[in-house]
Amino acid sequence: MTLLSVDRLTVAFRRYSGLIDRVDIDCLADLTLDVARGEMVALFGASGAGKSLFAHAVLGLLPPNAVVNGSIRFEGERLDASRIAHLRGRRIALVPQSLSHLDPLATVGRQIGWAAKRVGRKGFTREDAVAALNRFGLDELFLESYPHTLSGGMARRVMLAIASVGDPDLVIADEPTNGLDPVNAEKVFGFLRGFADDGKGVVVISHDLAAAVASADRVAVLRDGALVATEQAATFMRNGGEGLTPYARALWRALPQHEFRA
Amino acid sequence: MLEARDISFRYGPRDPLVVQGFDLAIGPGEVVGLAGPSGRGKSTIGRLLARHLRPTAGAVTVNGAQPPARGFNPVQFLSQTPIFAANPRWTVGRIVGEAWTPDADTVHGLGVRPAWFDRFPHELSGGELQRITILRALAPGLRYLIADEITSMLDPLAQAEIWKALLGLVKQRAIGLLAISHDAHLLGRVADRVVTV
Amino acid sequence: MTAVADDCCVTPAPRFGTRKAVLIVAALAAAGLAAVIVFALLSGDAGVVTNFRARLAAPSLFHPFGTDALGRDMLARTLKGLALSFRVGLFAATASTVIALVLALVAAGGPRWADAIVAYLVDMTMGLPHLVLLILISFAFGGGANAVIIAVALTHWPRLTRILRAEILQLRQAEYVTISRNFGKSPLHIARHHFAPHLIPQMLVGLVLMFPHAILHEAGLTFLGFGIEPTTPAIGVLLSESLRYLTAGKWWLGLFPGLALLIAVLAFDAIGNGLRTLTDPRGSQS
Repeated sequence: MTLLSVDRLTVAFRRYSGLIDRVDIDCLADLTLDVARGEMVALFGASGAGKSLFAHAVLGLLPPNAVVNGSIRFEGERLDASRIAHLRGRRIALVPQSLSHLDPLATVGRQIGWAAKRVGRKGFTREDAVAALNRFGLDELFLESYPHTLSGGMARRVMLAIASVGDPDLVIADEPTNGLDPVNAEKVFGFLRGFADDGKGVVVISHDLAAAVASADRVAVLRDGALVATEQAATFMRNGGEGLTPYARALWRALPQHEFRA
Repeated sequence: MLEARDISFRYGPRDPLVVQGFDLAIGPGEVVGLAGPSGRGKSTIGRLLARHLRPTAGAVTVNGAQPPARGFNPVQFLSQTPIFAANPRWTVGRIVGEAWTPDADTVHGLGVRPAWFDRFPHELSGGELQRITILRALAPGLRYLIADEITSMLDPLAQAEIWKALLGLVKQRAIGLLAISHDAHLLGRVADRVVTV
Repeated sequence: MTAVADDCCVTPAPRFGTRKAVLIVAALAAAGLAAVIVFALLSGDAGVVTNFRARLAAPSLFHPFGTDALGRDMLARTLKGLALSFRVGLFAATASTVIALVLALVAAGGPRWADAIVAYLVDMTMGLPHLVLLILISFAFGGGANAVIIAVALTHWPRLTRILRAEILQLRQAEYVTISRNFGKSPLHIARHHFAPHLIPQMLVGLVLMFPHAILHEAGLTFLGFGIEPTTPAIGVLLSESLRYLTAGKWWLGLFPGLALLIAVLAFDAIGNGLRTLTDPRGSQS
């Protein structure tokens, strides 16, 4: 059954042009995308293509001057502001983009504890927190660490651990490998794949096409705020991308590990 | 020849060394890749070479001498996020004009459209703005260019286009280029040799 | 928060254009204040000439604000008082802004100890009760309009100093400034072309927002007798005089000057907020 169903989602921003005229600028237009349980969908696009807006719209985190049209359904139920607020962190979890989403003044252990409290997990023990860390290759010692002592890769794993505490059904990761070297990036994609293999839905927002193709089931390609293609990841790997839509194919062939040709 | 001899860097006297005893030499027209995992000071090395930062120890020289403290630095730096490299209140034309008045060939070669010159930085896409900062850096006095992850935020098509144009221009003008990236495939494509930290 | 909701066209209720409203109010305020100044310049002797046949007259068509104990027109005196207040406010706020700029430049651009000293001065001035400091300074300089200007100028700079210092520190760190330096641009070029266009709007807003404070404090000082000479038609003088006749039921002597002062202060505040809305890039949204 479809877990997340986004239908013709449009996000515009209301801005002033000149002194008093207001205009709505479309930043995401007519995006339609489904995510099933056990499926990992990558949302690919260059910076400014509108990828993060998608995550923020689903999680109800858009700024007040955003104008949203279209529908977002979770398990068939329409998401409105109050419904999102109820699901956020419990059944829908965000793995945020940067380290700054961690509280710099609290240890990792406490922040995992807070996450458990937020989702209403009763009897959450130290052992549970350790288990959450272990799952992402971090040991018990990290419970006492403060965020600034973590490297980018470790911080990402801590955020994955925090997101996993509520045992969400849908995980949305916003650029989870930004600033990570390939070894760490691959691990993070591996952990996200693990969520999908456990039967959760995963949306990973990324501008790393090669990594997205390697671990996701499907790749949705965004260009200037519009979805231009939704491809099976396997199609990329067959015969240099034969059968892909022309734009997806051009992107794939432009990668330095392929033809590096524009 | 752009040389870094035994350069080290720390932010404050009590902070740990971010760069420790690093040596590098880049010849005119040479493209050197700088690879390595994040957190090893690759960007800091780039900024030290381009004098955005001063080394705590060691020296950076161009043709054996330290570049003069005033005047156009023959070593320029390009970053991952061009939006910070542009004054938000200036038009793109004025931004480029701060360094030089580019000739039509260079403008065309980088795929820059003259219409962009009347716009403001936030009105261009990341890829378009990155072309603008490259164009600005290519002033006549430029001898060495430090390119720090300049295409890592861009899509593969824009990446391939920008590198093709940039490599053509630096080879033609014998400009030395340091390409910093953690994409080994990219460095394999663009660099004559790769140094790993 | 915008609701992410139904299938078709859920646009949030069109909000009243806050920005438009702010701009209209600011423009009206500016026009009103300009009218006061024009009147004061053109009115000549009005409000100075005594007329003992019309002493303490209640408001009428001929004297909308009434007359005082010497038969002088209170409307003219109020407008002249306001114009004087503006003059004092202008000089004081400008001087205070210059002090703020100089201290901010020293703090952000100088050595670390200079920053510490400026921070100490800011904290000290903000920590002392405003009015006490004003009275002391005004008294030390012998009273009168000039002393009031000095007193207000010397007490109103700390907030703007803090703002400008933070702005300058941020600009110095800006990547495009480093790049400009690396292109061989002189400190003067950078100050003129990168710093000034960013700081001047901030300073203007700071200056206009300082105005209402300056005017209020001028009136306050004068009312308490530490400010402008009682022979000058200043708002503080008018209010102070009105006290004597209040018990006699001559309400118009205090009401109109007080109301005028209140409106003028609110008008300057509106202009300042309008300017801030215009210059703040974040204000460009909704």
